[in-house]
Amino acid sequence: MHLTSPIRGSGVPRAAARRRTGWRPALHAVLLFLALACAGLQAQAYTLSEFTFDDPAQERDFRELIGKLRCLVCQNESLAASQADLAQDLRQEVYEMMKAGKSKAQILDFLVSRYGDFVLYDPPVKPSTYPLWYGPAILALIAAFFLGRALLRRKKARETEISAEEERRVRALLAAADSPEDNAK
Amino acid sequence: MKGSARFLLPLGGFVILAGLLAWGLGQDPKLIPSPLIGKPVPKFRLPTLQDPQRTLDQSIFQGKVALLNVWATWCVSCRQEHAFLDRLARRGEVTLYALDYKDERPDALNWLRRLGNPYEEVLFDADGRVGIDWGVYGTPETFVVDREGIIRYKYVGPLDERSWAEKVEPVVQRLKAES
Repeated sequence: MHLTSPIRGSGVPRAAARRRTGWRPALHAVLLFLALACAGLQAQAYTLSEFTFDDPAQERDFRELIGKLRCLVCQNESLAASQADLAQDLRQEVYEMMKAGKSKAQILDFLVSRYGDFVLYDPPVKPSTYPLWYGPAILALIAAFFLGRALLRRKKARETEISAEEERRVRALLAAADSPEDNAK
Repeated sequence: MKGSARFLLPLGGFVILAGLLAWGLGQDPKLIPSPLIGKPVPKFRLPTLQDPQRTLDQSIFQGKVALLNVWATWCVSCRQEHAFLDRLARRGEVTLYALDYKDERPDALNWLRRLGNPYEEVLFDADGRVGIDWGVYGTPETFVVDREGIIRYKYVGPLDERSWAEKVEPVVQRLKAES
């Protein structure tokens, strides 16, 4: 609705606008104020202030809990961050369970039994999630093995002794490299 | 691991990685496996859409293979699905129940009047609490429930002839064949 005012303003003939430059800064100030006010309203909608607790520790627990839970609609958002309808309902559900004195584990169980481990950003360690938990470590171990082997080999190669015969050849080749006609070949 | 075979190692690694990524692209991240499969339907007591005074509970799922279709008038793909559900109901293959999820009663009644009512009963879940118990996260969703009231399958998304024939009907037929 506030957007209509600048559009109407642009309809003012240019000459008139020049004559009345006085109201321009004022208009800008008003627009800025409205923009900030709207931004303020929006920010308020994103806080969790509707969930009030008598006990600050419980409020901390609540925020921690909904931060650990995934919104099933917008999967990259936590229940705390998401504005999806379902997230709002689930926040309400979690809030009421906390108010009713349910433990964090009970609340997590409630959600997991309905939506599966998927609601947890921190998935439990069990056979189906072994690759997730141990896969990276196993890959790192494999990489470390190959890296170690390659490094050991290189070190061994550097330390290889040469025989007296080989040393004579090396010196001969170096001497030959020093003479210009050999270089030209 | 001598000579040219060595050069095949990175190629092999690449092929495996590409294969995994190709498989991953084919997966739909919106499909979340339901932990309710194999469990009895959640307990509920809800009024019907048509008569707020009459309530139904989970016992409606006893004794027959039934579908529970979760829909709402604000759900666009439910509208798309509705014509198919109408045809399905007329074929009489399976009992169709509905959960009208977070909806307005007049809207829903109007929708069924205009588009036809394929449902045996329509449960009216105004605040979505029963939806949460069923693990509903996006409409439309369709559950297949067996004679004992055990949830056996869940289909997320609008049903049509193809998804019905490929995904849901085999489950329904198998359950009907079970004695």
